Parts: sequence; C-alpha cells; structure tokens
Amino acid sequence: MENKHIILFIGGIIFGFGLAFGGMSKPEIVLSFLRLEDLGLILLMGSAVVPTAISINIIPRYMKKPVLGGEFKPRQRTLSRNTILGAIIFGVGWGLSGQCPGSALSSIGLGNYPILAGIGAMFLGAYVMGRYFG
Amino acid sequence: MFPIGVYSYIIGGLLIGLAVSFVYILTGTHATQSTFFSTTLSYFSKLPYFQRKSLLDQRVWRLYFISGVILGALLYTLTISPDGFWITSVSIWRLVLGGFLVGFGVRLSSGCTSGHGISGISSLSSTSLYATITFLVVGIITANILGILGVI
Repeated sequence: MENKHIILFIGGIIFGFGLAFGGMSKPEIVLSFLRLEDLGLILLMGSAVVPTAISINIIPRYMKKPVLGGEFKPRQRTLSRNTILGAIIFGVGWGLSGQCPGSALSSIGLGNYPILAGIGAMFLGAYVMGRYFG
Repeated sequence: MFPIGVYSYIIGGLLIGLAVSFVYILTGTHATQSTFFSTTLSYFSKLPYFQRKSLLDQRVWRLYFISGVILGALLYTLTISPDGFWITSVSIWRLVLGGFLVGFGVRLSSGCTSGHGISGISSLSSTSLYATITFLVVGIITANILGILGVI
C-alpha cells in the first residue's frame, strides 16, 4: 500500500465520519434541508469550506510541495453548458432522493442497505452519461 | 431554523474540512467524491471515455478513499451514534430515479456537493460556485414541489 493510498484511506475515514456525524448520510436530513425545514446543512458546508479554503489557498504559499511530494494541484474547471446542465439534473435527483455521491456512499456505513439501490443507479447514470454524452 | 441544534452540523463539517485539508497538505490531491463512479467504471467498461488516462491514474486511490468514507461512517455507527444501525424510509423508487439523475448529473457537471461545493468553492473557482448555486436552487425547488404535491 503506497503512502498516498494510506493518506487517502485515513482522509476517507475522517470524511465519512464527518458525513455521518453531521447527519448528511441520512437522506431524510438532506430532504429536510432542501425543504428548508432545517438549515443545518448550510452550517455543515460552511464549516467544511473554511478550513479547506485556508488549506488550499494559504498553505501552498508556505510549503513548496505537499509533505509526501508531488505538487499542489489547483482544482479548476472551465464553465460550460454541461457544468450547469449537469448541476440542474443533479439538483433534481438530489431533491428527489436526498442523496449525493458522498452522502450515499457513507450511508452504507450506517447499515442503510436500501441506499445500495440508489448507488447502483448512480453508477448506471454515470455510465449512461459517459457512453452517450461523454 | 435548526430544530435538532447546530453542533452536529458544525462538527461534521469541520471533520470534512479537516479530512480534505489533511489529504491536500500531504498529497496535493483534492479528496472529492463523484469521480469515483467514472474511475470505478473504468474497471468494467472498455469505452474510450472510461479508459482515459486521467481516470486510470486516479482509480486506485479513489477506491481507498471511498472505502475509508464507508468505514468512517461505520465507525460512527458503532461508537457514538445515538441510533446505531439505521435504515432510510425514503421510497426505493425515489432512491433509484434520484440516484440515476445524480450519477448522470454529477458526471456531466464534473463535480458534486463535495467537488464543486467544498473543494471547488474553497479553490475560489467561479465555475464551482455557479454549479453549487444551481444544484442548491434546483434541489430546493424539487424537494418543495414534491412536498407540496404530497409525493411519498
């Protein structure tokens, strides 16, 4: 197991624990947020963005490269029609099911076996996108 | 506004931010979720779209990352979760139809709540900001229409 893989595995554990602790692993909590009954997920997103923004924007000024080597890669995406069209389709699915990729995958760890049907459908959706629109 | 309090949300969010920061500082990699679907499909589909080098280069670490995500939620369930193992009451047809649209949409948009919403916005990417606003607004409209119609 490479060092990078160990770090990603540990990072995944913390990420998944945070998703479960923050309630996002439960579609019901996501849907109550989207129905504007409980705005807590805005707090969750804000609390995740602040430390991440500091790490991504400030740390590379003081460190030439990541601890394990390599380089700090900026995450840039070019705005296109597909960015927005995809976000609209994702938004409909999100509002319908209360699932997004990370929240659904972490939900497996709650023992929430019906979510496997949703995850299977996500794979199918990703496949159809790549096959016919990629 | 916050019927179950704010602490679980804030602590959960900070843990997610800590996880993404930890991975970025050590490896320079953005720990995001939705590309996992495409990289994992590269093991099963010979289509050129899924056999792109950029996907093949990421597919192993993404398997480790997502395994960690599932294990992390399991650790929460087995330790401090107030309700232990838990099963959703959202109908299967909503999970399946919604899941299909989520899988299709996040790959067309090249990002999800994690990639656009956390890593993208944190990278001060205007593309990710527009994408996040779009799926938030559409998600809110969709969930409210279904609520008003009384769809179960």
